[in-house]
Amino acid sequence: MGMSLSVRQLNAWFGRRQALDDITMEIPANQVTAIIGPSGCGKSTFVRCLNRMHETVPEARVEGSVIIGSRNIYGNGVSPVEVRRRVGMVFQKPNPFPAMSIYDNVAAGLKLNGFHKRRELDEVVEHALRMAALWDEVKDQLKKQSGASLSGGQQQRLCIARALAVQPEVLLMDEPASALDPISTSKIEELIFQLKAQYTIVIVTHNMQQAARVADGTGFFLLGKLIEYDATEKIFTTPVDKRTEDYVTGRFG
Amino acid sequence: MRTHFQESLDSLKGKLLAMAGMAEAAIDAAVRAYQERVPELCSKVFENEVMINLAEREIDHLALDLLAMQQPMAVDLRFILAIIKSNADLERVGDQAVNIAERVMELIALPRVELAADIPQMAAMSAQMIRQALEAFISGNAEQAKRVLETDDVVDRMNQEIFLAMDKTMHECPALIRQALDTLLIARNLERVADHATNIAEDVIFWVRGADVRHHALAEEK
Repeated sequence: MGMSLSVRQLNAWFGRRQALDDITMEIPANQVTAIIGPSGCGKSTFVRCLNRMHETVPEARVEGSVIIGSRNIYGNGVSPVEVRRRVGMVFQKPNPFPAMSIYDNVAAGLKLNGFHKRRELDEVVEHALRMAALWDEVKDQLKKQSGASLSGGQQQRLCIARALAVQPEVLLMDEPASALDPISTSKIEELIFQLKAQYTIVIVTHNMQQAARVADGTGFFLLGKLIEYDATEKIFTTPVDKRTEDYVTGRFG
Repeated sequence: MRTHFQESLDSLKGKLLAMAGMAEAAIDAAVRAYQERVPELCSKVFENEVMINLAEREIDHLALDLLAMQQPMAVDLRFILAIIKSNADLERVGDQAVNIAERVMELIALPRVELAADIPQMAAMSAQMIRQALEAFISGNAEQAKRVLETDDVVDRMNQEIFLAMDKTMHECPALIRQALDTLLIARNLERVADHATNIAEDVIFWVRGADVRHHALAEEK
């Protein structure tokens, strides 16, 4: 099952430049939450703080807390590697390991976590590929075909399967469909809708129609601040803040 | 800034207002035909209805295109929804004008009688409501739109009074049943015009404020 996230007074910096300014946000379990906002507003930085990826950038710094379930991922003694297992991430550009087969791509994270029993691996790989709605398309080529030989849309679903294989509680998606054609995009969106039964999903998107289609809640970021956060239908029909309205109606700039 | 899109929204509004002008003129002509017993004015109403129907289709078409091509959000989405709904209301106002004109044609063919029904005043109130709702549409003024909602009660009362008076006439003077019935139906159509003005005013409030004030929602707000 997915876990809720409680983000409290989260601030993030790149060197001296502040990228996130005092973000407090409750992200409910088993829902899709979309983060929207113009380029440079901090939305990618925000999701990268949710699995401690931000701190991997030189001179990057984070303050505040992100409580997943009941545990602060920035608490003392918490291992970033363990956090990243619990909070999976899918990126804008599908990035399968090119030299690995489809099977090995999905099994990679498990093997890294010391999981080597053949039969169990088979089961988890199949389950993850089924969850990612890719199984039927690749089941005959699992070990013969490399991940890189799949189409863009299939590669992205492979990356989702790879993220799901380690059984995360939260799935972060940073523009997961922006490099895909409309058919692959609708497959990913349909998948997001199915996955929320088992995972909490946070999706960053530039495509407002996509946020409107898939997300239960939507947060609008501007200049590192969370301007408005509400039910998606509210944000896209009757936002309260003028800046949100200007953004969703394209009146910015 | 989506300049082209904003221009399309302005153009849509312009077309709705032009259609509103036709609907208003139709009511005005029908009521003048009633007062002055001029059949030519009724013919004008019938001709006008064809134009109103054409305008309705054009506005619907344009609104549908904008929804499909521009995927409007928030205030723009509410605006287009308000346009589509008001468009349907104005088309119905055109129909009410035709209904009134048909009754007037019948009245003209009957002997003239004085009845206790102030149709001109009721018509003036209904027409004023339409005008006020459209002014609110032009200026995006929700307060002005709210005033239209309040006037609706007055027109409802006038309709009720005319109903009772005509009912009495029909009982007391069976020879005047046709005239009384036509007058009663004209009042009923004017009352419907006021209802459409109310709908348009509610759509303006929804567009401007994002608030639903239909039916009981307004009573709760009060």
